[in-house]
Order: sequence, then C-alpha cells, then structure tokens
Amino acid sequence: MEMLRFATAGSVDDGKSTLIGRLLLDSKQIFEDQLESVERTSREKGFDYTNLALLTDGLRAEREQGITIDVAYRYFATPRRKFIIADTPGHVQYTRNMVTGASTADLALILVDARHGVVEQSRRHSVIASLLSVRHLVLCVNKMDLVDYDQLVFDRISEEFREWAGKLDITDLTFIPVSALHGVNVTSHSPNMGWYDGPTLLHHLEHVYIGSDRNLIDARMPVQFVIRPMSDAYHDYRGYAGTVAGGTFRPGDEVLVLPSGLTTTIAGIDLYGEELSEAMPPQSVTLRLADDIDISRGDMICRPNNAPRATQEIEAMVCWFSERPMTVGGKYAIKHTTRSARALVRDLHYRMDVNSLSRDETSPTLTLNEMGRVSLRITTPLFVDEYRRNRTTGSFILIDEGTNETVGAGMILDT
Amino acid sequence: MTDTTISHLDALEAESIHIMREVAAEFERPVLLFSGGKDSALMLKLAEKAFWPARIPFPLMHVDTGHNFPEVLDYRDRRAAELGTPLVVASVQKSIDEGRVHEETGPKATRNRLQSVTLLDAIEEHGFDAVFGGGRRDEDKARAKERVFSFRDDFGQWDPKNQRPELWSLYNARHRKGEHIRVFPISNWTEMDVWQYIEREEIELPSIYFAHRRQVFRRDGMLLALTDFVKLLPDEELEELTVRFRTVGDATCTGAVESPATTAEAIILEVAASRITERGATRADDKFNEAAMEDRKKEGYF
Repeated sequence: MEMLRFATAGSVDDGKSTLIGRLLLDSKQIFEDQLESVERTSREKGFDYTNLALLTDGLRAEREQGITIDVAYRYFATPRRKFIIADTPGHVQYTRNMVTGASTADLALILVDARHGVVEQSRRHSVIASLLSVRHLVLCVNKMDLVDYDQLVFDRISEEFREWAGKLDITDLTFIPVSALHGVNVTSHSPNMGWYDGPTLLHHLEHVYIGSDRNLIDARMPVQFVIRPMSDAYHDYRGYAGTVAGGTFRPGDEVLVLPSGLTTTIAGIDLYGEELSEAMPPQSVTLRLADDIDISRGDMICRPNNAPRATQEIEAMVCWFSERPMTVGGKYAIKHTTRSARALVRDLHYRMDVNSLSRDETSPTLTLNEMGRVSLRITTPLFVDEYRRNRTTGSFILIDEGTNETVGAGMILDT
Repeated sequence: MTDTTISHLDALEAESIHIMREVAAEFERPVLLFSGGKDSALMLKLAEKAFWPARIPFPLMHVDTGHNFPEVLDYRDRRAAELGTPLVVASVQKSIDEGRVHEETGPKATRNRLQSVTLLDAIEEHGFDAVFGGGRRDEDKARAKERVFSFRDDFGQWDPKNQRPELWSLYNARHRKGEHIRVFPISNWTEMDVWQYIEREEIELPSIYFAHRRQVFRRDGMLLALTDFVKLLPDEELEELTVRFRTVGDATCTGAVESPATTAEAIILEVAASRITERGATRADDKFNEAAMEDRKKEGYF
C-alpha cells in the first residue's frame, strides 16, 4: 500500500473541517467515541448541527476561541492508500503553517466557497504550494448545494483559477465540485450533479500518480551517522547510515564522497542484517564502502559524474517565522541535510507579496509570515541542489542562536 | 524497469529510523522510554534497525507506577537483557515515599498522573537531553498537533501555542542546559500501522496483548482487571472473560476488551472492524475531560 501526504488549506468558513470530517467519516475513520464527544460538545455549545470542526480543533485555546491555531495531522486509509493529512489553518500564522504542511506534501487541497469563488486566501495558498514544489493541486469548489449545483458557477471558477495559475509552477491541476456538508463528490457521486463526470475527491486521492515525483536520477545520500559496532562479531564493520535523498544506489556503484572528493565503490547496502540490491528515496539504509576513507556526519555520498554543488554562497527563497525580523547582516545557525553551520544574510533582493506575486525591492527586512529572495554566506561549504529538483538537498532551516527557535525556512534557487 | 513503489510500512519505518539517527547524532544523552507496551516495543525494534549491527547507543527507561502486570515486567527485563541495553527504572513508589508526590485516595485512585513528576525527576537526575516517547498523533487531538521534536523548558513543560515550526525532515535539536526535547519517532503511525508492522516483523509482545482468560469487572464502561491494586466497589462484580489489552499502562486504569484474538493477524482484523479508539476504549485517564491529555502533557507527561 502506497502512502500519500497532502496538505489542506482554507478557513473554517470554506468548510475545510467539514470536508475533512466527511472524508474521515465516509471512509470510516472517525470512531464512535470521537463522534459522541463532538456531538455532546456541539449540543452543549448550542449548535444546531454537529460541528465536525471540533474533531480537528485539538487544543483548549482553539476550542475556546473557535479557531484553529496549529498544523494538525490526521490519518486515514483505504484499501489502496494510506493518507496523512497536514491540516493547516487559514487565519492565524497562515504562511508559517501552510509552509510547514506543504513541505512534506505530495498534493495540496485548496477549498473555495462556490458563492465567493477564488479569493485572496486561495491564491496565497496556491502560491505557497507552488513555491514548496507540491506537484499536484486540487481545487475543491465547495458548497455547490448553495448555488443549486450549477455547472456554470463551477466552470467559471475553474476557468478563472486555471488562467491565473498559469503563472505558477504546478504540473497537475484538478478541479472538483463538492458539497462537503451533503457528502457530494467527496466519496461518492450524486444525481444532483449529473453533469460532472470527473472523479470524486477520494477517488482522485487514491489514484493520482505520484511515482515520478521523487527524484530517482541524482544519487544523493547525506551521511547521518557512522556505525562502528566495536564488537567481536563485527570487529571491522564500518557503515555510513543515512536516508537516501535522491537517485538509486546499488552495490558495485562508483561513488564520490564530499567534501573529500575521494571516490570508491559501494561494497554493500545493509538494513538490519538484510543486504539490499538497491536503495532509493526515502529509504534509511547503511552503505558499506570498498575503501577505508575518512567520512563523517554531514558528508555527502553521490556519483562522480553527478554531484551537488559545493558552495558557501546560497540564493534562496526564505519564509520568515519570527516576530523578530530578518535583517541584512543578521547571523543565524543553519541546518541543511545533516550539516550544521552558520549563515550570514548578505542581501535581501526583494520581498514577495504572495497575493499579487509582486516584488518589493525596497524592504529592508522580512518579518513574520513574509517571504523573500535572500543571499546567504555560509561558514562552511554545503552540498546543494536546486529545491525544485530535490526537496531534501534543496532545503534548509535557520535557527536563532540566542533563543534556539526555528525562525526561517529556505528553498535553494539555481544560480 | 524495477518497481520503485515504497510501501507505507517501509516509508514509516524509514522516517522513524531517520529520526532516531538524528537524535543519536545530535544529543549527548538520549533515553528511550520503554514500558513494555506495544508502541515502545515497536520503538525498540526500530532502534535496533537504525543502528544494526551496533548496539542501541542509548539506555532504556521505564517509569514504573508499581501497578504492573507481571507479564509486562518479565517482558521488559528480558528484552533489555537480550539487547544488552541498560535499563533505568524510575519508581513512582519512591517519589511517593520521598514525599515528591501524594498518592490519590479513594477507590478509583490511580498513579497515572503522578508519573510526570517521577519522569521529570529521572530526566534531571540522569541528565537526559532527549527522551524518546511512543506517542502517536492518531491517539488524541492534542497529540495530533505535537511536533516530532517537542521542546520542553527547564520545568519540563510543553507550550502547545509556541511550538517550533517543523519542516521537511529537518529537526531542530537545539536546547539549553536543563531543557530537553521529547522525541516521537512513531508520530505518523496509526494503531493499524503498528499492528501490521508487528505482524510483518514478528515482533514479540507481552502475552496480555493476546486473548486469555482473566478475572475482570466493569467500571465506567470499561473492563478492568482484578489485581492487587484495585478494590471492588459494592455494586461491582467479578466475571471471568476471554480478553486482551489494547494498551498497557497502569493496571488500575487500563481496560481490557473482550476478544478471541490470539495472533497479530487476528488483532488486525479486529482493529479494522473496531469503531472505538484505542484510548477511548481502554484508558480511564483520558476520559476526565476534553483536554485531559493536553493538560497532562503541559505538566510533562509522556
């Protein structure tokens, strides 16, 4: 069974929680005790209907304020796939949460209200999904029941969005008209929308092809941990443990190790006593190499004719998460793959307005929930790829060295 | 062209191993919470895989309420001995004897909540800076929002409204002395995933996870086991049933379910058909109120 991770974005008003509740309910993932608890709370609060949003609003502060604060992860499975939903709230901390949810997502699900069409927030979420290289985007036009299931409304919204989304880096765009409240086109079709002959949302989630989304071309394995048992049985064992970040590795392959620049061949690939004939993303394995060369955490194993760029100068789109703004000249700790270093902000070329996609080249800072194009100087070389080509070797986080908080996330650009 | 599809269990396993190796590389003194329950048995197997053929490079710790099922203690000690991994036992009874916590009174008293103090004391005493827990996001609404690397201040407190953003597979391990990070390597596993993996990998579990005859009584809609630690209330009656446990916690508040399932395979079929969550069915400690778990987590609970 394959796994699909998707991020949902939108606000309570769009019916996002109802849609997720509906997916979980119709695929029988909501349990009786959870439903009972939500029904009881809804009655106590005097709602006329069972508020499925209560299923996902987990923290006391969220229930008190009636808003969702943080990314919540939900799980469900059908016989075809296991799904992980990163449910990101629309109002508070929207960029931070959406970026977090989208960073691991294969697909982004964006909801719009059929009565209002594509609004600023839907565009913002689409831009973020595109920047984070989420390849598949589904626009669910919800509340079709409130526009009499009118095909013209759906067509107009789809057309408008398709035209606008041409500017984005989205390879697969799908439109589905739904009514989350009445369960129409979520897991099953309805005669109310006989004109719609596309897949239901669940069918699409189960069948969308994600096999080619991983980079299986550029072999990359950042060394995470060196395994030396120092036991009698494995006296001379030395293995380089890590998660394959790209391409495939096979025993006998010639490999290049950075930063040393030395080459050797793969003697074997181990996973708990089993010798693998091949390793690919996202497997966590241990490589044994034919020659005894000095390798430690933070080094990169790749191929002699296909190596990442080793550089101390990085150009990146950075999202800022802290109330203390990012300023030119600021210094931060940086974590990229398994390598940690320090970074100096050399330049902020522009701040991007995620609503209009326009660039403000005069801004001296990036503040909370803002994004911009940044030049960084790193204290030690990092082994990087363009983020669009590899999400693992193309991403990094910035950490405030005083507070230890994660203050920024970056996506490396090609230069 | 070879098949490049990675199954969900392989993807989950790879993610958990990645997390464990990050912790081993970035912390001075990690520890893995090992109660003998199925989630900690899973964590232990993943730790074995992450560092094979080397030994697991951190000790195990059990926060012992003193209200144990003997089968679970046997299992705990045997597994630690087989792996040659040191086991730290932090005792709630000792915390009570030393006056650090006060035992609840009344027939429904449990030591579940007292564990937080014992755990935090042990973390401080041993200088642990990373603590692996077997929490899963599908267990509870508060857990659904917790990070994989969950920061705790020097009082051991969790601040749910001020969590570090967590992106890609880049985990922020930075902390000051006295602070620590709770690490949840199986955050993304569901109860079903855990059982499927237990079956696939033939992971041994304490016998109480499988159907057996046991003296039980009904309380608050749950089947509780008769042990030395509970007293029957006047209207409660003992009966002998074929049961199994879905979780293993303090014996005074961990409920059994009626089941004939004697193998992991049979349990998977029951889980697939189940309409009640694992915690809802069998953990009295979570039934107090809507935010029971969140409140306990803020105090430093697992």
